[in-house]
Amino acid sequence: MSAEVPEAASAEEQKSEHNLVYVPLILNSLEEMEDKVTSPEKAEEAKLKARYPHLGQKPGGSDFLRKRLQKGQKYFDSGDYNMAKAKMKNKQLPAAAPDKTEVTGDHIPTPQDLPQRKPSLVASKLAG
Amino acid sequence: HKRHMRGAGGGGCPAGGNDFQWCFSQVKGAIDEDVAEADIISTVEFNYSGDLLATGDKGGRVVIFQREQENKSRPHSRGEYNVYSTFQSHEPEFDYLKSLEIEEKINKIRWLPQQNAAHFLLSTNDKTIKLWKISERDKRAEGYNLKDEDGRLRDPFRVTALRVPILKPMDLMVEASPRRIFANAHTYHINSISVNSDHETYLSADDLRINLWHLEITDRSFNIVDIKPANMEELTEVITAAEFHPHQCNVLVYSSSKGTVRLCDMRSSALCDRHSKFFEEPEDPSSRSFFSEIISSISDVKFSHSGRYMMTRDYLSVKVWDLNMESRPVETHQVHEYLRSKLCSLYENDCIFDKFECCWNGSDSAIMTGSYNNFFRMFDRNARRDVTLEASRENSKPRASLKPRKVCTGGKRKKDEISVDSLDFNKKILHTAWHPLENIIAVAATNNLYIFQDKIN
Repeated sequence: MSAEVPEAASAEEQKSEHNLVYVPLILNSLEEMEDKVTSPEKAEEAKLKARYPHLGQKPGGSDFLRKRLQKGQKYFDSGDYNMAKAKMKNKQLPAAAPDKTEVTGDHIPTPQDLPQRKPSLVASKLAG
Repeated sequence: HKRHMRGAGGGGCPAGGNDFQWCFSQVKGAIDEDVAEADIISTVEFNYSGDLLATGDKGGRVVIFQREQENKSRPHSRGEYNVYSTFQSHEPEFDYLKSLEIEEKINKIRWLPQQNAAHFLLSTNDKTIKLWKISERDKRAEGYNLKDEDGRLRDPFRVTALRVPILKPMDLMVEASPRRIFANAHTYHINSISVNSDHETYLSADDLRINLWHLEITDRSFNIVDIKPANMEELTEVITAAEFHPHQCNVLVYSSSKGTVRLCDMRSSALCDRHSKFFEEPEDPSSRSFFSEIISSISDVKFSHSGRYMMTRDYLSVKVWDLNMESRPVETHQVHEYLRSKLCSLYENDCIFDKFECCWNGSDSAIMTGSYNNFFRMFDRNARRDVTLEASRENSKPRASLKPRKVCTGGKRKKDEISVDSLDFNKKILHTAWHPLENIIAVAATNNLYIFQDKIN
């Protein structure tokens, strides 16, 4: 027995049958889009969390603020420096971090890392 | 229809009137691409008359420009600003005890109202405030008895006659001298100074404390606000800006990193830890995200000249508050809302922490603030219009009109529009100033200072 082949439906009927199949899929993606459209901020947050899964829960919290309050802090302990130099006579000293603004425990600070900054001797170019 | 900002024909627009037509006037600073860190402008401020314009930079230097007298033979250009004085205000220091490097960067300059022929300003870096006197000398005494003309002492035995020295004109010399040094009062980094309307006192604010000074007294300062918690682990917010009320010498406001503003009345108690008013816009809890608090942090707070309103700048908007209403601002102006969908990258490159300033025009009818790509935004409060302009060398022909700029957020980019992804986030306009009386604005674009004037109709 041959499978029933439905008669060619009218154009509208055909369309509505297709629609019945596709509509749920469209609804799903519309919902996703709406989330992104109504909250670009939340989308950005998701992006950030995906890149840095260990990012703290409280961004404006004390860690962040304390880092801000510590701006300008540099460390140099001559005792540490001399002991480290003695220990690592044969090894190469760890290279200075490219970001010289934070010289802390991991790396042996050297006097060169904390340059004595002289004041500008050059006049401002705004005045030239 | 053509969108332009031309004023209605006929008689001139009043200053602060409805339509501005901004034209390039001058640009100061080097043209080369390689910008030395020291040359980055960190503050811009007009004095009370607008005749003097001061800039401070990361190298600790102050440059003061003076407006030239109007030249009748060149009626189109209202006085230009030329260099009047320049000096090294602050130098880098190293606090050996705390292992702390103290930057020489000038955070703020505030002028004192003029009381005699000399000009006074306060300039501050992270730790020390200095009062500078800028005075003119255009006369020189000649005919001393005990000194030669070149300054060498004369042998007293050679003096046979006495003469009275006479004053002779000389080329104008502008001298800057530090008159007061207000030091050692701040553990944290000074972000604001504000001269009181009593012209005798001023405040300085750091991340956790606000101090009150008398301009004559350098060895004493009164602490009036202290938000440092007993346990630093409990720290949740810092002070980001503070200002005295323009007329009421007992009132000051300070803003926080949590997007709130507290108004304090010094009459109520010596320590103003308890605020008199608390300004906070309610937040929709469902829209809260990781970025909410960071972008709500207020980077600048400014009273209107009238003293009735104040303006706050957070990362994406400028808000105008009526001092009589604490519950919400009366106006909110979007500066660059298109950045909301870029917050992730702006957090990664630290731009989200950029501190933009804002300013009022003389009549409080317009406000201005900076953005990225050397764009700056101007909001006309009366006409409810806003415009985006650009400070660039390309638009620097004398008296060339500035064309409004537009950022396109998606889809098809029209000609002359720039897409969000093409914006240069290294070109930030953090500091702008508006002449107190006329439509002249100063815009600091990294190491260049642009001066624009409203075209006279």
